[in-house]
Amino acid sequence: MSEEVLLKVVDLSKSFGGVKAVDKVSFELRRGEVLGIIGPNGSGKTTLVNMITGFVKPTSGKVYYRGKDITGWPPHKVANLGIARTFQTPRPFLRLSAYKNLVVPLYSPRARRIAAAGGFGDRETVAMDLMEDVGYERDSSVPYKPAAALPHGYLKRLELARCLALRPEIIITDELLSGLTVAEASTIAPLVEKLNMEGITFIMVEHRLRELFRLAHRVIVLEQGKKIAEGPPEKILEDERVKKAYMGAEVI
Amino acid sequence: MMDVLIYGLINGVILALIASGFSLCYSVSRLANFAHGALYILAGLTAWTILQPLHLSYPLAFLGSLVLTALIGLAVYEFMVIRIRGMEASEIILTFALSLVIIELLRYLGFVGPRFTLPAIATGKLDVLGVPVDYHRIAIIAVGAALTASLWLFTHHTKAGLALRAIAQDDQVAMMLGIDSDLTAALGLSLGSALAALAALTVLPLGAITVESGYGALILAIAVAIIGGLGSVTGSFLAAMVLGYAIVLASKLIGPQYQMVVSLAAIVIILIIRPSGLLGKQKELEERV
Amino acid sequence: MEARRKERIDRPVKAQTDGIYALASMRNVMYLLAPRLFPALALIVVPALLPTLYLKRIICIACVYALLTLGFDFLLSTVGLVCLGGALFFGCGMYAAGALNYYYGLPPVVTIPLGTLLGALISTALLIPCLRLRGIYFAMVSLAYPLMIHRIIEATLILGGTDGLLGLDGLPNVWVELYLVIGVTLIALFGLRRLYHTDFGMVLRAIKDNDQAVRASGINITLYKAIATFIAALLGSFAGAYVAHLYMWAGPSGWALDYSIFPIAAAVVGGMGTLSGAVVGSFILAPLSEMLRAFASLRIVFYSSALIVFIMLWREGLMNWLERKYHQIERWVKV
Repeated sequence: MSEEVLLKVVDLSKSFGGVKAVDKVSFELRRGEVLGIIGPNGSGKTTLVNMITGFVKPTSGKVYYRGKDITGWPPHKVANLGIARTFQTPRPFLRLSAYKNLVVPLYSPRARRIAAAGGFGDRETVAMDLMEDVGYERDSSVPYKPAAALPHGYLKRLELARCLALRPEIIITDELLSGLTVAEASTIAPLVEKLNMEGITFIMVEHRLRELFRLAHRVIVLEQGKKIAEGPPEKILEDERVKKAYMGAEVI
Repeated sequence: MMDVLIYGLINGVILALIASGFSLCYSVSRLANFAHGALYILAGLTAWTILQPLHLSYPLAFLGSLVLTALIGLAVYEFMVIRIRGMEASEIILTFALSLVIIELLRYLGFVGPRFTLPAIATGKLDVLGVPVDYHRIAIIAVGAALTASLWLFTHHTKAGLALRAIAQDDQVAMMLGIDSDLTAALGLSLGSALAALAALTVLPLGAITVESGYGALILAIAVAIIGGLGSVTGSFLAAMVLGYAIVLASKLIGPQYQMVVSLAAIVIILIIRPSGLLGKQKELEERV
Repeated sequence: MEARRKERIDRPVKAQTDGIYALASMRNVMYLLAPRLFPALALIVVPALLPTLYLKRIICIACVYALLTLGFDFLLSTVGLVCLGGALFFGCGMYAAGALNYYYGLPPVVTIPLGTLLGALISTALLIPCLRLRGIYFAMVSLAYPLMIHRIIEATLILGGTDGLLGLDGLPNVWVELYLVIGVTLIALFGLRRLYHTDFGMVLRAIKDNDQAVRASGINITLYKAIATFIAALLGSFAGAYVAHLYMWAGPSGWALDYSIFPIAAAVVGGMGTLSGAVVGSFILAPLSEMLRAFASLRIVFYSSALIVFIMLWREGLMNWLERKYHQIERWVKV
């Protein structure tokens, strides 16, 4: 894990009408780390992710990627920088078969640039490779099934594959591990670890603390839109404010 | 100069009245009612029928038209829209087709034309700050003001009104609060129709009930909705005023035949520089995540 | 009393013809080819056999409407945009070709392609600003523009005003009239079909399916929507440019709601999502509407009512139903 700062978020805020969903949140993301973002429901985690990835325009504050100001950039431009994201509810292209889902992002300018530089060959093959990368067996019938027919755990992996199609530097996952059985979660978590080892930096917004704390190098805690704690997982577990936020009372 | 101020105000109020039904319907129920223009004409014709062939009193025509049009709006929702509710493409196509059926059928049957007129609320002229204004146009302003005031009071100070505002802001929250979305949509469409009727009764007396007034009402409602921001009723009032003044100004400076050019230009300009509209709540596509 | 349910399975011949086995036997080849080949052949051969000019003209008009309908169906089934303004494309093409011929004296062989291109560029440019917004804006704007332009032309008396541009050059003979438009219609139909199956078509359909996911995949959906709109605009503008020289006139009626509602009705009746449905629907509704020619505005009432009935009661439409019957057997099975 290096000291190079990939992403810098400064005083990012979002108000909807009178409600402050995110209130002056700042943090840095260093290359190679897994940064966890946790917090009780409604603490603004998804809005924060939406602002970073361009789906929501911030009311104030800035987002820098490698020093460049990308605040308010539209989602496709952010994705083309190499910042990919998953959605809380997996959003595949239902009418396309699973592996065809992955061909779509291969048409992005970023993927095209990589292809032009000899990065990969024919798109169908690449899509199949990506399916393999996230754990599908190449020769099974799964890749050919329409995405609508796949079970939840598979869809989560498809989401990750979609991110990988962009050869991203950063993957931001939004509740990747939610809605999965312990068995399913225990296959996806190592996948994240493997990808991280291969050089991808992660931001993981999570509810599932146990798995997250094993993966994350650092954790940020949000409550009601504000950052209330930041540090390595062990420290977060001890933090009084965090306990209060989750439990609503001091736990002695 | 003074005449531009006064006529601009009148024109603005007229546009606001015409657009109010369309805006309200959308903001309450997320339903773009393309049949707005058709309902506008139907309301006018209902009033005419009550007045002319049936020779009944004006207040009866007024109320009758309001109620009947609201009921027609309700019927349209309950019998037609409800079957395809949620499929936006079908909703759009259905209300558009419906509006054509109604307006063109009325045209074919000869129910629209110069001989169909509605009486003014009052006749006579008044001098306002040196500008001649007839009583009816003053009445229009009064109706507009009354409508704005009552809508404001309703949405800010009554429980039902606040509920409607909540729904307008976030229909998912509204669903969680147990507010029946079909009920609110039906309500939205009938209120919208009633407002279309109110606009018809107020504005149609200025000319005659023609097919053009039906399509014209639809075009203006759309223009005002886009300029003001879809879903914002205050936005449409503001847009109506701005557009109203712009049209009157252009009429004076370049010529009255350029009215529609102004509206078209206004739409294009807003879409380019501020797509979500003057007071648009939702920024473009983005806030749907 | 045993419970039964309806089961749909692919016909044996359909299963056989997936993939390379399509060429295995003449029967398989015909199964695939017949529904495409025979109607196309019919469209090419039958018009030549029609006895009167009037009947030939009906075919021309049906093809004109078919082009508009193809554009509508294409926009709806790929990027999911509801275009209520076929008249915008048509009018722009008609006036572009008409103006080039009227003011600059260019012959139809130049004005038709040029008019098509210009008309498509102008109408797409007008629609581009609202492509960033929710789909409802596209519907509203596409509806309003032709109505507004119509009124502007009549009020400001530009481009010939209410009378329009009269005395345009016509087409050399009835065979050109017929086969120009039939040719373009067939090219459009098979071209769009091919487009659907390319990766570009796939991305377009993904946009309709889930545009947020497409954006997250790094693709600029506004650009793709603009291209799709331009394609539909080309079809509609050609229709307008062609009609300008068919009737030798470019007038305000080119912005009429006819050209906006007919495509929708034909698409719904013929079957949305199947491009052939667009053509079939047009060929059903156009002659019917010709018969109602005497009743001017009743025609619009007719299309719109047909539209309403179909969309509420039989949304799949004719070709979807036919395709289903052709490819699949339905039978009752025990549960």
